[in-house]
Amino acid sequence: MAHIRFNDVEVVYRTGLKALKGVTLEIPRGQFVVVVGLSGAGKSTLIRTVNSLVVPTKGSVTVNDVNVTASRGGALRRARSDIGMIFQTFNLVKRSSVLRNVLAGRLGDLPAWRGVLGAFPREDVAYAHDCLARVGIPEKAFVRADALSGGQQQRVGIARALAQKPSVMLADEPVASLDPPTSHAVMSDLKRIAREDGITTIVNLHFIDMARDYADRIIGMRDGVVVFDGTPDEATDAVFEEIYGRPLESKDLRGA
Amino acid sequence: MPEASSLPRPPAAGRIKAALTVALFAALFVLAFRQTGFNFQALFSGTADFFRFFGRLVPDWSALPQIWPPLIQTIQIAYVATIVGSLLAMPIVFLASSNTSTDPVTLWIARTLLTVLRSIPDLLWAALFVAVLGLGALPGVVALVFFTMGVLAKLGSETVEAIDPGPLEALRAAGAGRNRTIVFAVVPQVAATMVSYILYVFEINVRASVVIGLVGAGGIGQLLLRYLNFFDYTGVAAIIVVIFAVVLLIDGFSVWARSKLI
Repeated sequence: MAHIRFNDVEVVYRTGLKALKGVTLEIPRGQFVVVVGLSGAGKSTLIRTVNSLVVPTKGSVTVNDVNVTASRGGALRRARSDIGMIFQTFNLVKRSSVLRNVLAGRLGDLPAWRGVLGAFPREDVAYAHDCLARVGIPEKAFVRADALSGGQQQRVGIARALAQKPSVMLADEPVASLDPPTSHAVMSDLKRIAREDGITTIVNLHFIDMARDYADRIIGMRDGVVVFDGTPDEATDAVFEEIYGRPLESKDLRGA
Repeated sequence: MPEASSLPRPPAAGRIKAALTVALFAALFVLAFRQTGFNFQALFSGTADFFRFFGRLVPDWSALPQIWPPLIQTIQIAYVATIVGSLLAMPIVFLASSNTSTDPVTLWIARTLLTVLRSIPDLLWAALFVAVLGLGALPGVVALVFFTMGVLAKLGSETVEAIDPGPLEALRAAGAGRNRTIVFAVVPQVAATMVSYILYVFEINVRASVVIGLVGAGGIGQLLLRYLNFFDYTGVAAIIVVIFAVVLLIDGFSVWARSKLI
Protein backbone atom coordinates (compact mmCIF):
# COMPACT_ATOMS: atom_id res chain seq x y z
CA MET A 1 0.00 0.00 0.00
CA ALA A 2 1.31 3.41 -0.87
CA HIS A 3 1.92 5.68 2.12
CA ILE A 4 2.08 8.90 0.11
CA ARG A 5 0.27 9.24 -3.19
CA PHE A 6 0.56 12.16 -5.63
CA ASN A 7 -2.42 12.12 -7.99
CA ASP A 8 -1.73 14.23 -11.10
CA VAL A 9 -0.57 17.16 -8.96
CA GLU A 10 -0.39 20.50 -10.70
CA VAL A 11 0.73 23.78 -9.12
CA VAL A 12 0.38 27.13 -10.87
CA TYR A 13 1.60 30.10 -8.81
CA ARG A 14 -0.24 33.40 -8.89
CA THR A 15 2.59 34.81 -11.01
CA GLY A 16 1.52 32.34 -13.69
CA LEU A 17 4.55 30.13 -13.11
CA LYS A 18 3.75 26.44 -13.65
CA ALA A 19 5.83 24.80 -10.90
CA LEU A 20 4.38 21.29 -11.20
CA LYS A 21 2.83 19.95 -14.40
CA GLY A 22 0.92 16.86 -13.38
CA VAL A 23 3.02 14.69 -11.07
CA THR A 24 1.84 11.18 -10.19
CA LEU A 25 3.87 9.13 -7.71
CA GLU A 26 3.39 6.43 -5.13
CA ILE A 27 5.75 6.19 -2.18
CA PRO A 28 5.57 3.06 0.00
CA ARG A 29 5.85 3.17 3.78
CA GLY A 30 9.38 3.52 5.15
CA GLN A 31 11.04 4.43 1.84
CA PHE A 32 13.85 7.02 1.86
CA VAL A 33 13.33 9.03 -1.33
CA VAL A 34 15.70 11.69 -2.63
CA VAL A 35 14.32 14.18 -5.14
CA VAL A 36 16.96 15.75 -7.38
CA GLY A 37 16.82 18.53 -9.92
CA LEU A 38 18.13 22.03 -10.55
CA SER A 39 16.71 24.89 -8.52
CA GLY A 40 13.41 25.87 -10.07
CA ALA A 41 12.68 22.30 -11.18
CA GLY A 42 9.79 22.06 -8.69
CA LYS A 43 11.41 20.03 -5.88
CA SER A 44 10.45 22.45 -3.10
CA THR A 45 6.95 22.84 -4.45
CA LEU A 46 6.55 19.07 -4.64
CA ILE A 47 7.36 18.36 -1.01
CA ARG A 48 5.31 21.35 0.17
CA THR A 49 2.20 19.86 -1.41
CA VAL A 50 2.53 16.89 0.98
CA ASN A 51 1.69 19.08 4.00
CA SER A 52 -0.33 21.63 2.02
CA LEU A 53 2.09 24.51 2.65
CA VAL A 54 1.57 24.77 -1.10
CA VAL A 55 -1.94 23.81 -2.18
CA PRO A 56 -2.13 22.10 -5.59
CA THR A 57 -4.23 23.93 -8.15
CA LYS A 58 -5.19 20.55 -9.61
CA GLY A 59 -4.90 16.96 -8.41
CA SER A 60 -4.36 15.89 -4.81
CA VAL A 61 -1.92 14.36 -2.36
CA THR A 62 -2.97 11.63 0.07
CA VAL A 63 -1.02 10.49 3.11
CA ASN A 64 -2.25 7.29 4.79
CA ASP A 65 -5.24 7.49 2.42
CA VAL A 66 -6.20 10.86 3.92
CA ASN A 67 -6.60 13.54 1.27
CA VAL A 68 -4.36 16.29 2.67
CA THR A 69 -5.10 18.61 -0.25
CA ALA A 70 -8.82 18.64 0.60
CA SER A 71 -8.25 19.03 4.37
CA ARG A 72 -8.87 22.35 6.11
CA GLY A 73 -8.73 23.69 9.67
CA GLY A 74 -8.46 21.08 12.40
CA ALA A 75 -8.29 18.16 9.97
CA LEU A 76 -5.35 19.77 8.16
CA ARG A 77 -3.56 20.48 11.45
CA ARG A 78 -3.98 16.84 12.49
CA ALA A 79 -2.63 15.68 9.13
CA ARG A 80 0.34 18.06 9.45
CA SER A 81 1.21 16.97 12.97
CA ASP A 82 1.92 13.52 11.48
CA ILE A 83 4.32 15.04 8.93
CA GLY A 84 7.66 16.42 10.15
CA MET A 85 9.58 18.95 8.08
CA ILE A 86 13.11 20.27 8.12
CA PHE A 87 14.37 23.26 6.17
CA GLN A 88 17.46 24.56 4.41
CA THR A 89 17.67 27.55 6.76
CA PHE A 90 16.64 25.47 9.82
CA ASN A 91 13.76 27.86 10.65
CA LEU A 92 14.41 27.79 14.39
CA VAL A 93 13.25 30.54 16.72
CA LYS A 94 16.74 31.91 17.31
CA ARG A 95 16.01 33.73 20.56
CA SER A 96 14.36 30.71 22.19
CA SER A 97 16.12 27.83 23.91
CA VAL A 98 16.86 24.62 22.03
CA LEU A 99 14.41 22.70 24.24
CA ARG A 100 11.61 25.17 23.55
CA ASN A 101 12.27 24.86 19.82
CA VAL A 102 12.01 21.08 20.07
CA LEU A 103 8.88 21.28 22.23
CA ALA A 104 7.27 23.35 19.46
CA GLY A 105 7.08 20.05 17.58
CA ARG A 106 4.62 18.79 20.21
CA LEU A 107 2.24 21.77 19.73
CA GLY A 108 0.14 20.07 17.07
CA ASP A 109 -0.91 17.24 19.42
CA LEU A 110 -1.57 19.51 22.40
CA PRO A 111 -4.85 21.16 23.47
CA ALA A 112 -4.71 24.82 22.39
CA TRP A 113 -4.71 26.25 25.92
CA ARG A 114 -1.74 24.11 26.95
CA GLY A 115 0.14 25.19 23.84
CA VAL A 116 -0.54 28.89 24.35
CA LEU A 117 0.52 28.72 28.01
CA GLY A 118 3.49 26.49 27.19
CA ALA A 119 2.20 24.04 29.80
CA PHE A 120 3.72 20.89 28.33
CA PRO A 121 2.98 17.59 30.07
CA ARG A 122 5.98 16.00 31.77
CA GLU A 123 6.18 13.17 29.26
CA ASP A 124 6.35 15.68 26.38
CA VAL A 125 9.32 17.44 27.98
CA ALA A 126 11.00 14.07 28.56
CA TYR A 127 10.31 13.12 24.94
CA ALA A 128 11.87 16.39 23.70
CA HIS A 129 15.03 15.58 25.69
CA ASP A 130 15.02 12.08 24.13
CA CYS A 131 14.81 13.61 20.64
CA LEU A 132 17.82 15.83 21.38
CA ALA A 133 19.73 12.79 22.63
CA ARG A 134 18.92 10.91 19.41
CA VAL A 135 20.46 13.68 17.28
CA GLY A 136 23.51 13.73 19.54
CA ILE A 137 23.14 17.09 21.35
CA PRO A 138 21.45 16.29 24.69
CA GLU A 139 23.66 18.82 26.49
CA LYS A 140 22.38 21.75 24.40
CA ALA A 141 18.79 21.73 25.73
CA PHE A 142 19.01 25.03 27.62
CA VAL A 143 21.26 26.90 25.20
CA ARG A 144 19.78 29.62 22.98
CA ALA A 145 19.28 28.31 19.44
CA ASP A 146 21.38 31.06 17.82
CA ALA A 147 24.40 30.05 19.92
CA LEU A 148 24.71 26.75 18.01
CA SER A 149 26.70 25.94 14.88
CA GLY A 150 24.86 25.32 11.60
CA GLY A 151 25.11 21.55 11.92
CA GLN A 152 23.81 21.65 15.49
CA GLN A 153 20.95 23.94 14.46
CA GLN A 154 19.90 21.50 11.77
CA ARG A 155 19.98 18.72 14.36
CA VAL A 156 17.59 20.78 16.48
CA GLY A 157 15.44 21.05 13.35
CA ILE A 158 15.45 17.26 13.04
CA ALA A 159 14.69 16.87 16.76
CA ARG A 160 11.74 19.28 16.45
CA ALA A 161 10.33 17.29 13.53
CA LEU A 162 10.97 14.06 15.43
CA ALA A 163 9.11 15.42 18.48
CA GLN A 164 5.95 15.31 16.34
CA LYS A 165 6.25 11.47 16.31
CA PRO A 166 5.69 11.69 12.57
CA SER A 167 5.12 8.89 10.06
CA VAL A 168 6.38 11.13 7.25
CA MET A 169 9.47 13.37 7.17
CA LEU A 170 10.04 16.08 4.57
CA ALA A 171 13.44 17.71 4.15
CA ASP A 172 13.91 20.69 1.85
CA GLU A 173 17.62 20.98 0.95
CA PRO A 174 18.57 20.11 4.55
CA VAL A 175 22.34 20.32 3.99
CA ALA A 176 22.65 23.13 1.46
CA SER A 177 23.79 25.60 4.17
CA LEU A 178 26.33 23.19 5.72
CA ASP A 179 29.93 22.24 4.96
CA PRO A 180 30.68 18.80 3.41
CA PRO A 181 31.61 16.82 6.58
CA THR A 182 28.65 18.26 8.52
CA SER A 183 26.39 17.55 5.54
CA HIS A 184 27.27 13.87 5.67
CA ALA A 185 26.85 13.71 9.44
CA VAL A 186 23.39 15.29 9.27
CA MET A 187 22.28 13.09 6.37
CA SER A 188 23.49 9.96 8.21
CA ASP A 189 21.51 10.99 11.29
CA LEU A 190 18.42 11.61 9.20
CA LYS A 191 18.74 8.26 7.43
CA ARG A 192 19.44 6.34 10.65
CA ILE A 193 16.44 7.82 12.45
CA ALA A 194 14.16 7.24 9.44
CA ARG A 195 15.29 3.61 9.38
CA GLU A 196 14.87 3.09 13.13
CA ASP A 197 11.39 4.59 13.28
CA GLY A 198 10.21 3.44 9.86
CA ILE A 199 9.53 7.04 8.79
CA THR A 200 8.75 7.60 5.12
CA THR A 201 11.14 10.35 4.07
CA ILE A 202 11.35 12.70 1.09
CA VAL A 203 14.56 14.73 0.84
CA ASN A 204 15.35 17.39 -1.75
CA LEU A 205 18.99 17.51 -2.72
CA HIS A 206 20.97 18.77 -5.64
CA PHE A 207 24.20 16.89 -4.86
CA ILE A 208 24.55 13.77 -7.03
CA ASP A 209 26.92 11.89 -4.73
CA MET A 210 24.76 12.43 -1.65
CA ALA A 211 21.64 11.32 -3.52
CA ARG A 212 23.38 8.08 -4.49
CA ASP A 213 24.82 7.55 -1.00
CA TYR A 214 21.60 7.87 0.98
CA ALA A 215 18.61 7.23 -1.27
CA ASP A 216 16.54 4.05 -1.52
CA ARG A 217 15.00 5.65 -4.58
CA ILE A 218 15.89 8.70 -6.64
CA ILE A 219 13.29 10.87 -8.36
CA GLY A 220 14.59 13.35 -10.93
CA MET A 221 12.64 16.50 -11.72
CA ARG A 222 12.98 18.99 -14.51
CA ASP A 223 10.62 21.86 -15.34
CA GLY A 224 7.89 20.57 -13.05
CA VAL A 225 7.88 17.06 -14.52
CA VAL A 226 9.27 13.77 -13.15
CA VAL A 227 11.90 12.75 -15.72
CA PHE A 228 13.53 9.91 -13.77
CA ASP A 229 12.35 7.45 -11.15
CA GLY A 230 14.64 4.60 -10.17
CA THR A 231 17.26 3.15 -7.84
CA PRO A 232 20.61 4.82 -7.12
CA ASP A 233 22.29 2.21 -9.32
CA GLU A 234 20.15 3.20 -12.26
CA ALA A 235 20.90 6.90 -11.71
CA THR A 236 24.08 7.04 -13.82
CA ASP A 237 25.96 10.20 -14.77
CA ALA A 238 24.15 10.11 -18.11
CA VAL A 239 20.80 10.06 -16.28
CA PHE A 240 21.81 13.08 -14.16
CA GLU A 241 22.91 14.98 -17.28
CA GLU A 242 19.45 14.27 -18.64
CA ILE A 243 17.79 15.52 -15.42
CA TYR A 244 19.93 18.66 -15.25
CA GLY A 245 19.80 19.25 -18.98
CA ARG A 246 23.54 19.98 -19.10
CA PRO A 247 26.94 18.31 -18.59
CA LEU A 248 27.80 17.60 -14.93
CA GLU A 249 29.96 20.09 -13.03
CA SER A 250 32.05 19.84 -9.88
CA LYS A 251 29.46 21.85 -7.90
CA ASP A 252 26.99 18.98 -8.44
CA LEU A 253 29.05 16.98 -5.93
CA ARG A 254 29.15 17.63 -2.21
CA GLY A 255 32.37 15.64 -1.81
CA ALA A 256 33.69 14.31 1.47
CA MET B 1 35.30 60.02 -22.89
CA PRO B 2 32.18 61.03 -24.83
CA GLU B 3 31.38 64.71 -25.33
CA ALA B 4 28.83 66.28 -22.99
CA SER B 5 26.30 66.75 -25.76
CA SER B 6 26.41 63.08 -26.69
CA LEU B 7 25.58 61.84 -23.15
CA PRO B 8 22.12 60.28 -22.87
CA ARG B 9 19.66 62.60 -21.12
CA PRO B 10 16.94 61.47 -18.73
CA PRO B 11 13.50 61.33 -20.36
CA ALA B 12 11.70 64.69 -20.59
CA ALA B 13 8.61 63.41 -18.74
CA GLY B 14 10.65 62.70 -15.61
CA ARG B 15 12.26 66.12 -15.58
CA ILE B 16 8.93 67.90 -16.02
CA LYS B 17 7.42 65.88 -13.18
CA ALA B 18 10.30 66.80 -10.85
CA ALA B 19 10.02 70.50 -11.73
CA LEU B 20 6.25 70.49 -11.18
CA THR B 21 6.65 68.80 -7.79
CA VAL B 22 9.13 71.43 -6.61
CA ALA B 23 6.87 74.21 -7.94
CA LEU B 24 3.86 72.77 -6.09
CA PHE B 25 5.70 72.62 -2.76
CA ALA B 26 7.01 76.17 -3.25
CA ALA B 27 3.54 77.52 -4.06
CA LEU B 28 2.00 75.86 -1.00
CA PHE B 29 4.77 77.28 1.19
CA VAL B 30 4.25 80.84 -0.03
CA LEU B 31 0.48 80.52 0.47
CA ALA B 32 0.82 79.14 4.00
CA PHE B 33 3.50 81.71 4.86
CA ARG B 34 1.17 84.57 3.90
CA GLN B 35 -1.95 83.18 5.53
CA THR B 36 -0.33 82.43 8.87
CA GLY B 37 0.92 86.03 9.00
CA PHE B 38 4.40 84.76 9.74
CA ASN B 39 6.96 87.55 9.58
CA PHE B 40 10.39 88.04 11.01
CA GLN B 41 9.77 91.67 11.89
CA ALA B 42 7.15 90.79 14.50
CA LEU B 43 9.48 88.18 15.81
CA PHE B 44 12.26 90.73 16.35
CA SER B 45 10.09 93.54 17.68
CA GLY B 46 8.57 91.05 20.11
CA THR B 47 11.91 90.02 21.50
CA ALA B 48 11.85 92.66 24.21
CA ASP B 49 8.41 91.56 25.43
CA PHE B 50 9.65 88.02 25.32
CA PHE B 51 12.50 88.71 27.71
CA ARG B 52 10.34 90.87 29.94
CA PHE B 53 7.93 87.92 30.25
CA PHE B 54 10.79 85.57 30.99
CA GLY B 55 12.03 88.00 33.63
CA ARG B 56 8.81 87.47 35.50
CA LEU B 57 9.19 83.69 35.30
CA VAL B 58 11.05 83.39 38.59
CA PRO B 59 10.03 80.09 40.12
CA ASP B 60 8.15 80.44 43.36
CA TRP B 61 9.20 77.33 45.22
CA SER B 62 6.58 77.84 47.90
CA ALA B 63 4.13 76.46 45.30
CA LEU B 64 5.84 73.04 45.47
CA PRO B 65 3.50 71.45 48.04
CA GLN B 66 0.64 72.36 45.70
CA ILE B 67 2.48 70.98 42.67
CA TRP B 68 3.42 67.48 43.89
CA PRO B 69 -0.02 65.84 44.13
CA PRO B 70 -1.20 66.76 40.59
CA LEU B 71 2.26 65.99 39.22
CA ILE B 72 2.15 62.51 40.69
CA GLN B 73 -1.34 62.15 39.26
CA THR B 74 0.00 63.12 35.83
CA ILE B 75 2.58 60.35 35.99
CA GLN B 76 -0.01 57.90 37.29
CA ILE B 77 -2.34 58.75 34.40
CA ALA B 78 0.46 58.05 31.95
CA TYR B 79 1.46 54.84 33.76
CA VAL B 80 -2.01 53.31 33.97
CA ALA B 81 -2.85 54.35 30.39
CA THR B 82 0.38 52.86 29.05
CA ILE B 83 -0.24 49.48 30.69
CA VAL B 84 -3.95 49.21 29.91
CA GLY B 85 -3.45 50.56 26.38
CA SER B 86 -0.58 48.13 25.72
CA LEU B 87 -2.64 45.13 26.85
CA LEU B 88 -5.58 46.19 24.69
CA ALA B 89 -3.25 46.80 21.73
CA MET B 90 -1.81 43.27 21.72
CA PRO B 91 -4.68 41.45 19.99
CA ILE B 92 -4.88 44.26 17.43
CA VAL B 93 -1.13 43.96 16.76
CA PHE B 94 -1.51 40.39 15.54
CA LEU B 95 -4.82 40.92 13.75
CA ALA B 96 -3.37 43.93 11.88
CA SER B 97 -0.25 42.07 10.68
CA SER B 98 -0.58 40.32 7.34
CA ASN B 99 1.51 37.33 8.48
CA THR B 100 -0.43 36.59 11.67
CA SER B 101 -3.99 37.78 10.94
CA THR B 102 -6.83 35.29 10.61
CA ASP B 103 -8.22 36.34 7.24
CA PRO B 104 -8.15 39.30 4.84
CA VAL B 105 -11.41 40.78 6.14
CA THR B 106 -10.21 40.82 9.77
CA LEU B 107 -6.90 42.28 8.61
CA TRP B 108 -8.71 45.07 6.81
CA ILE B 109 -10.97 45.81 9.79
CA ALA B 110 -8.03 45.86 12.24
CA ARG B 111 -6.00 48.18 10.01
CA THR B 112 -8.92 50.52 9.46
CA LEU B 113 -9.52 50.64 13.22
CA LEU B 114 -5.83 51.56 13.66
CA THR B 115 -6.04 54.32 11.08
CA VAL B 116 -9.08 55.79 12.84
CA LEU B 117 -7.42 55.54 16.27
CA ARG B 118 -4.29 57.29 15.07
CA SER B 119 -6.07 60.02 13.12
CA ILE B 120 -7.41 61.43 16.43
CA PRO B 121 -4.74 63.40 18.35
CA ASP B 122 -4.32 62.93 22.13
CA LEU B 123 -5.71 66.37 22.95
CA LEU B 124 -8.88 65.65 20.99
CA TRP B 125 -9.34 62.31 22.77
CA ALA B 126 -9.02 64.17 26.08
CA ALA B 127 -11.52 66.90 25.14
CA LEU B 128 -13.91 64.18 23.98
CA PHE B 129 -13.75 62.18 27.20
CA VAL B 130 -13.83 65.24 29.46
CA ALA B 131 -17.12 66.10 27.72
CA VAL B 132 -18.42 62.58 28.30
CA LEU B 133 -16.95 61.72 31.72
CA GLY B 134 -16.48 65.15 33.31
CA LEU B 135 -13.32 66.80 34.66
CA GLY B 136 -10.58 64.75 36.32
CA ALA B 137 -8.04 62.00 35.90
CA LEU B 138 -10.44 59.36 34.56
CA PRO B 139 -11.04 60.98 31.14
CA GLY B 140 -7.27 61.55 30.97
CA VAL B 141 -6.56 57.86 31.47
CA VAL B 142 -9.21 56.81 28.94
CA ALA B 143 -7.93 59.32 26.38
CA LEU B 144 -4.36 58.11 26.69
CA VAL B 145 -5.47 54.45 26.57
CA PHE B 146 -6.91 55.06 23.11
CA PHE B 147 -3.86 57.07 22.09
CA THR B 148 -1.53 54.29 23.32
CA MET B 149 -3.49 51.62 21.45
CA GLY B 150 -3.21 53.54 18.20
CA VAL B 151 0.52 54.19 18.43
CA LEU B 152 1.57 50.82 19.83
CA ALA B 153 -0.58 48.63 17.59
CA LYS B 154 0.81 50.41 14.54
CA LEU B 155 4.47 50.13 15.61
CA GLY B 156 3.85 46.56 16.80
CA SER B 157 2.23 45.31 13.62
CA GLU B 158 5.07 46.76 11.56
CA THR B 159 7.53 44.86 13.77
CA VAL B 160 5.55 41.63 13.49
CA GLU B 161 5.40 41.94 9.71
CA ALA B 162 9.21 42.26 9.57
CA ILE B 163 10.01 39.04 11.48
CA ASP B 164 11.83 36.04 10.04
CA PRO B 165 9.02 34.00 8.39
CA GLY B 166 10.97 30.71 8.69
CA PRO B 167 9.81 29.70 12.19
CA LEU B 168 6.21 30.59 11.25
CA GLU B 169 6.38 28.22 8.30
CA ALA B 170 7.96 25.52 10.47
CA LEU B 171 5.22 25.68 13.10
CA ARG B 172 2.49 25.81 10.49
CA ALA B 173 4.04 22.70 8.95
CA ALA B 174 4.02 21.04 12.38
CA GLY B 175 0.25 21.51 12.66
CA ALA B 176 0.32 24.15 15.40
CA GLY B 177 -2.71 26.46 15.41
CA ARG B 178 -2.52 30.22 14.88
CA ASN B 179 -2.39 31.25 18.54
CA ARG B 180 0.22 28.62 19.39
CA THR B 181 2.28 29.73 16.39
CA ILE B 182 2.11 33.35 17.57
CA VAL B 183 3.21 32.45 21.11
CA PHE B 184 6.08 30.22 20.01
CA ALA B 185 7.34 31.73 16.76
CA VAL B 186 6.35 35.42 16.85
CA VAL B 187 6.45 36.57 20.47
CA PRO B 188 10.09 35.57 21.11
CA GLN B 189 11.11 37.48 17.99
CA VAL B 190 9.29 40.72 18.86
CA ALA B 191 9.20 40.76 22.69
CA ALA B 192 12.29 42.94 23.25
CA THR B 193 11.28 45.43 20.56
CA MET B 194 7.74 45.60 21.91
CA VAL B 195 8.89 46.33 25.48
CA SER B 196 11.15 49.04 24.08
CA TYR B 197 8.17 50.56 22.22
CA ILE B 198 6.05 50.42 25.39
CA LEU B 199 8.72 52.40 27.27
CA TYR B 200 8.84 54.87 24.40
CA VAL B 201 5.05 55.26 24.44
CA PHE B 202 5.26 55.82 28.21
CA GLU B 203 7.65 58.73 27.57
CA ILE B 204 5.20 60.21 25.07
CA ASN B 205 2.30 59.61 27.46
CA VAL B 206 3.99 61.51 30.32
CA ARG B 207 4.33 64.58 28.10
CA ALA B 208 0.82 64.13 26.65
CA SER B 209 -0.57 63.71 30.15
CA VAL B 210 0.75 67.18 31.07
CA VAL B 211 -0.88 68.76 28.04
CA ILE B 212 -4.29 67.07 28.29
CA GLY B 213 -4.67 68.58 31.77
CA LEU B 214 -5.17 71.89 29.95
CA VAL B 215 -8.54 70.66 28.69
CA GLY B 216 -9.50 69.40 32.14
CA ALA B 217 -8.29 65.81 32.00
CA GLY B 218 -6.59 65.87 35.40
CA GLY B 219 -3.02 66.16 36.58
CA ILE B 220 -0.51 69.00 36.54
CA GLY B 221 -1.91 70.54 33.35
CA GLN B 222 -5.07 71.50 35.18
CA LEU B 223 -3.04 73.36 37.85
CA LEU B 224 -0.90 74.98 35.15
CA LEU B 225 -4.06 76.29 33.50
CA ARG B 226 -5.30 77.73 36.81
CA TYR B 227 -1.99 79.55 37.45
CA LEU B 228 -1.99 80.94 33.90
CA ASN B 229 -5.55 82.19 34.31
CA PHE B 230 -4.57 83.97 37.52
CA PHE B 231 -1.40 85.41 35.92
CA ASP B 232 0.58 83.59 38.63
CA TYR B 233 3.76 83.41 36.55
CA THR B 234 6.05 82.51 39.44
CA GLY B 235 3.88 79.44 40.07
CA VAL B 236 3.88 78.66 36.33
CA ALA B 237 7.67 78.91 36.35
CA ALA B 238 7.92 76.45 39.23
CA ILE B 239 5.68 73.98 37.36
CA ILE B 240 7.71 74.34 34.15
CA VAL B 241 10.98 73.63 35.95
CA VAL B 242 9.56 70.65 37.80
CA ILE B 243 7.98 69.17 34.65
CA PHE B 244 11.22 69.70 32.78
CA ALA B 245 13.17 67.84 35.47
CA VAL B 246 10.67 64.99 35.76
CA VAL B 247 10.32 64.45 31.99
CA LEU B 248 14.09 64.51 31.66
CA LEU B 249 14.39 61.94 34.43
CA ILE B 250 11.77 59.60 32.94
CA ASP B 251 13.22 59.93 29.42
CA GLY B 252 16.67 59.18 30.78
CA PHE B 253 15.40 56.10 32.59
CA SER B 254 13.49 54.95 29.52
CA VAL B 255 16.47 55.41 27.19
CA TRP B 256 18.67 53.49 29.65
CA ALA B 257 16.12 50.68 30.02
CA ARG B 258 15.67 50.38 26.27
CA SER B 259 19.42 50.22 25.71
CA LYS B 260 19.50 47.21 28.06
CA LEU B 261 16.85 45.38 26.01
CA ILE B 262 18.30 44.80 22.57
